[in-house]
Amino acid sequence: MKERSFTKRLAAGLVPAVPYLWLGVFFLVPFLIVFKISLSDPAVAQPPYKPIFEWSDIAGFFSALDLENFEMLTQDDLYFRATLSSVRIAAISTVLLLLVGFPVAYGMARAPERHRLILVALVILPFWTSFLIRIYAWIAILKPEGLLTQALTGIGLISEPLEILNTEWAVYIGIVYAYLPFMVLPLYATLEKMDDTLLEAALDLGSPPWRSFWTITVPLAMPGIIAGSLLCFIPAVGEFVIPDLLGGSETLMIGRQLWSEFFSNRDWPLASSVAILLLIILVVPIVIYRDVEARRMEARP
Amino acid sequence: MTRRLSVFNVTSLVLGFAFLYLPILLLVVYSFNGSRLVTVWGGFSTQWYGALFRNEALMGAAWVTLRIGLLSASMATVLGTLAALALTRYGRFPGRTLFTGMIYAPMVMPEVITGLSLLLFFVAVDLDRGFWTVTLAHTTLTMCFVTVVVQARLATFDRSLEEAAMDLGAPPLRTFFAVTLPLIAPSIVAGFLLAFTLSLDDLVIASFNTGPGATTLPIKIYSQVRLGLSPEINAASTILIGLVTLGVISATLISKRSALRSRREA
Repeated sequence: MKERSFTKRLAAGLVPAVPYLWLGVFFLVPFLIVFKISLSDPAVAQPPYKPIFEWSDIAGFFSALDLENFEMLTQDDLYFRATLSSVRIAAISTVLLLLVGFPVAYGMARAPERHRLILVALVILPFWTSFLIRIYAWIAILKPEGLLTQALTGIGLISEPLEILNTEWAVYIGIVYAYLPFMVLPLYATLEKMDDTLLEAALDLGSPPWRSFWTITVPLAMPGIIAGSLLCFIPAVGEFVIPDLLGGSETLMIGRQLWSEFFSNRDWPLASSVAILLLIILVVPIVIYRDVEARRMEARP
Repeated sequence: MTRRLSVFNVTSLVLGFAFLYLPILLLVVYSFNGSRLVTVWGGFSTQWYGALFRNEALMGAAWVTLRIGLLSASMATVLGTLAALALTRYGRFPGRTLFTGMIYAPMVMPEVITGLSLLLFFVAVDLDRGFWTVTLAHTTLTMCFVTVVVQARLATFDRSLEEAAMDLGAPPLRTFFAVTLPLIAPSIVAGFLLAFTLSLDDLVIASFNTGPGATTLPIKIYSQVRLGLSPEINAASTILIGLVTLGVISATLISKRSALRSRREA
């Protein structure tokens, strides 16, 4: 009897152990390796970095580590500028996403109940179609001789081709387009639960609509606003595909810098340092995000 | 009181959805373009679909993508479901905080970091890059999404059904397969589909971890887009969009029907 409960407990223990082990091997260990390589020297070799870790030589391993790569990051102001411009582009995109996403989420929350599920499905559906393809579609639209220029010259609004592709504007359009569902869904979730009687009461007491919006709707939607903003801001900072395809060579972003450091310059240690730098920028937003999410989970009835 | 849509609400909904769908619609329309130029309409034609199916490099990439997607989504579904069970049913096990962290981190971390770190790991353990490294990388990333989807269902699960089965003498494993699994099945299917589409879609992680003979469709499309727009890619994209739409609609119908059935039985 006792033996059976032991095997039972062993079998039950496998449930958390298997995914735990998997993530340990394929997530935690790789991550530690990046950290280690960011502290080692570049070398012309395959793989192009050293030192290779050896258990027998732990002291030597630690003495070989240095902050050289990070020093390089501080000396070359390219990385400083790339970091700054990533944060700026991600922040501006997040504000634009709020401006576009809030009215959409608000309209969804006010739609009749039988239509709401369909509207939610319609917001999610583009998310299931390839991200790369959706960004690719914008190239044909934004090109100087593209569909937007054709449409606007067609109705006589402009006479010169629009120069949007390969500018920062194209990156904003791309990010707002690709991340819109991530902004709309959390906003919708909080707006949908909002108690209409509060707005009615404000109206009865003579509050103009814009004032009710600022003093009632916005504060009540705050958890959704924060969650949606972080959900968009965090991946936007490290974005690679959108600036690469739409932004042209002028647009500096840190995720793209990592990519070119790795694929073009083949400097693995420096690429690892850029990865660590990017992660350091994102730690604070990620911690805030986790906190907001945990509170949202608790608040759920 | 019933909520009323104002003119402002309707306008923002129409504009919002037009913004979401117009680019996709244009892509589909222009895949039937007779002209070689991607932005000039030259009459209706299906020639690019023919060209696409004769393009061996593109079809080969599609086949690799499909195999990686099915394999990694299957593994991710098993691992993700186990992780969701561990999180909802095992209370406080040692290292739970680290475990939760490892579930959420890959979802918020930029893909360039995940891709790079996995590649450096594969190099360190001397695993040749190719089909398997991409599959392992996709499994790791997508299992976290499966976990979240299945966990949401388990959290709202009525445990008295399981307790009833146990009281009637069913051993835990049998209870799991006869009661728990059928009840969480829709979320497992949804998790699988999510993992599958994420894998089909991924460019960044696959680019870091791929090797000879394992060029996926996104990598192929990406390299061609850099050379310029091509109507063949429009055709390939349209087929992908069609498949995904079909998958989502059938998944919605399945879960709707099972929801209806459970409501009728209740």
